[in-house]
Amino acid sequence: MSKRLTVPKTYKLYIGGAFPRSESGRTYEVVSSKGDFLANAALASRKDARDAVVAARGAVKGWSGATAYNRGQVLYRVAEILEGRRAQFVDEIVQQTGVTAAVAGAEVDEAIDRWVWYAGWCDKFGQVAGNGNPVAGPYFNISVPEPTGVVGVVAPQDTALVGLVSAIAPALVTGNSVVVVASHRYPLSAVSLAEVLATSDLPEGVVNVLTGSPDEIAPWLASHPDIHALDLVGAGDLDWIDLQIAAAETLTRVLPPENGVDAAAPSLARISAFTETKTVWHPKSLV
Amino acid sequence: MSFLEYAPAPESRAILHLKPEYGLFIDGEFRVGSGDPFVTISPADETHIATISTATEADIDAAVAAARRAYDRTWSKMSGRDRGKYLFRIARLVQERARELAVAESLDNGKPIKESRDVDVPLVAAWFFYYAGWADKLDYAGLGADPRPLGVAGQVIPWNFPLLMLAWKIAPALAAGNTVVLKPAETTPLSALIFAEILQQADLPPGVVNIVTGAGATGAALVRHPDVDKVAFTGSTAVGREIAKAVAGTDKKLTLELGGKAANIVFEDAPIDQAIEGIVNGIFFNQGHVCCAGSRLLVQESIHDEVVDRLKDRLSTLRLGDPLDKNTDIGAINSREQLDRIRELSKIGEDEGAERWSAPCVIPDNGFWFAPTIFTNVQTSHRIARDEIFGPVLSVLTFRTPAEAIEKANNTPYGLSAGVWSDKGSRILAVADRLRAGVVWANTFNRFDPSSPFGGYKESGYGREGGRHGLAAYLKGAPTARSLSERPSTSSGTAETKREARAAKKEVGK
Repeated sequence: MSKRLTVPKTYKLYIGGAFPRSESGRTYEVVSSKGDFLANAALASRKDARDAVVAARGAVKGWSGATAYNRGQVLYRVAEILEGRRAQFVDEIVQQTGVTAAVAGAEVDEAIDRWVWYAGWCDKFGQVAGNGNPVAGPYFNISVPEPTGVVGVVAPQDTALVGLVSAIAPALVTGNSVVVVASHRYPLSAVSLAEVLATSDLPEGVVNVLTGSPDEIAPWLASHPDIHALDLVGAGDLDWIDLQIAAAETLTRVLPPENGVDAAAPSLARISAFTETKTVWHPKSLV
Repeated sequence: MSFLEYAPAPESRAILHLKPEYGLFIDGEFRVGSGDPFVTISPADETHIATISTATEADIDAAVAAARRAYDRTWSKMSGRDRGKYLFRIARLVQERARELAVAESLDNGKPIKESRDVDVPLVAAWFFYYAGWADKLDYAGLGADPRPLGVAGQVIPWNFPLLMLAWKIAPALAAGNTVVLKPAETTPLSALIFAEILQQADLPPGVVNIVTGAGATGAALVRHPDVDKVAFTGSTAVGREIAKAVAGTDKKLTLELGGKAANIVFEDAPIDQAIEGIVNGIFFNQGHVCCAGSRLLVQESIHDEVVDRLKDRLSTLRLGDPLDKNTDIGAINSREQLDRIRELSKIGEDEGAERWSAPCVIPDNGFWFAPTIFTNVQTSHRIARDEIFGPVLSVLTFRTPAEAIEKANNTPYGLSAGVWSDKGSRILAVADRLRAGVVWANTFNRFDPSSPFGGYKESGYGREGGRHGLAAYLKGAPTARSLSERPSTSSGTAETKREARAAKKEVGK
């Protein structure tokens, strides 16, 4: 009996809930740690980045307007679907990075656990980050966190999955939408994660995944006026100071690069970084 | 004399004991700056108040070095309890010298004495009192156990609330354990220098607070100084943008409180008497020199004419004149430069087709003055509906539906504040949710409190001042564990992973 011929996947972008090729028609070769051909990933262009920002901006109102309970359930469902496709992610990580299946398995487990951890924050963060304020007068006064808007992310470049998840998930907790530039070397897990997101009730446009050259795409995101916050966690090897200067033109909030496997470690600070505090006053009548 | 005319009731200047010249306050002492001195004048009559030193880069070096020494040797090692006691002392000294500070503020800034006496200075004392209590409770600030100060803070403040902005900057910085170099605005240095004398009375350790005076170049040198760990700026969006670019790529932490073009939305069911007072307070408080001023009135079409007529009636009763007169409602514009900008934008408003009405009041011969002014028939594309005027000028626009009001309110790169007036609670809450602004005043306007966070969305800057949130601008949390399985709350962690976590923590701490 002859060995069955496999059906390889076409790895495309994820923009506005669809999986288009790059409008530029460009691809780049993704190879294994041994140098073997794995796939032709889409090499996203400026136009793709802009399309992604349009999709992300359009998604902010619905996602940020959803109840925190609802967002929590959707994010939890991402973890469920990811768990079900665990073997696929392990295989892809092994192929791309050359680590053992055990190491890849630990990375996928950590990524799933982080989704669950962040999912649980959705309906608690407002309580922890907000408060009533005891002002000196007859006023009701309350501070609440709200999402900043569209977050541009340069994902950690030296991991295939856990860094990506750790950068995306905290931004989603409060209702931001995301345009993420995946790891240049390990883009396949990002596209597979997009497939998970697409089947997890996450509204289209809430997460948009670009593969290709961070060096080429990041400047367009940094200077885009509809990007409200920029997470440069994986931009350590880029001219990230120039990205920060470009972002300053519209007072875009910026998180600096982090290096190593600790990059984007789970923390409340990563949720807070993409929020704005709104304080509302209302008088109380004198009764 | 009609019932609206009062006899003059000027506050006495005798309470002030000003020096003819003021130096820089560095390392606990006044010293002459190396730059060319400048003069601070009263904007109400252009008279000379005092000669002020200009800090050069060398002076900034000395001030930052003093702050660094004080941080390393004294302030970062002092207990929170003792830091708090110094701040409580400062709060009490401000209260004791409140009248003197109010007179100095109105003299130098041009704001009515009733505002400096009843708003600015009481809030300054309240701000120090509030943050004093935080100094030994930082573990409860929401950043985890044992948060750390950032180091030396370089702070640059504007001229509209000189002493209040100083308090907003210095009180949380000191409570968190930082030391400070602060630059007051060029046109309003006086109250900061009197405050330096208060610090001497409080016996605050030398170098914990340093005050350097000068113009824009002095501020630029301060925020760019390599040994400054934290930059806090309140002022224009243009300057804030430059500062954000200047600190890019450095380890400096940055908070910015910038411009605004707040919408004040009045629905047809609003409590009209209160709304009229709120609109007036929103834009004519402090001559409109307020970053969160309600400068765009969005009024529901059905009540537009009534609101505008009543506003004109009310504005006709405001008294413009001597800032030190206790009956004055509208004081002087802070500087000739600012007056020119207000005049220029008002002229553009007329040229673009908006209809101008100014309150009929007598403008004094000397000093800088601008009558309270309303523009009606304003379109969203007009400069007076988009640019921050920072003066007593209100642009009136209309809307028909709540959705249109929200759309227009958010149609600005700014996002500092907003107002909503309606008798319907559910509508207020829904509209407040949708407004992209850091402070929303519902059925009130321009309220401030040290426990209430203040700061902007979008191009109005980032970071908050006031409340628990204001502390976060001056603290850093302890490093977090690298993965969920290494969190101390996970009891199933093996000894091995715990050892790794400890090692990783040490690594981060290096």
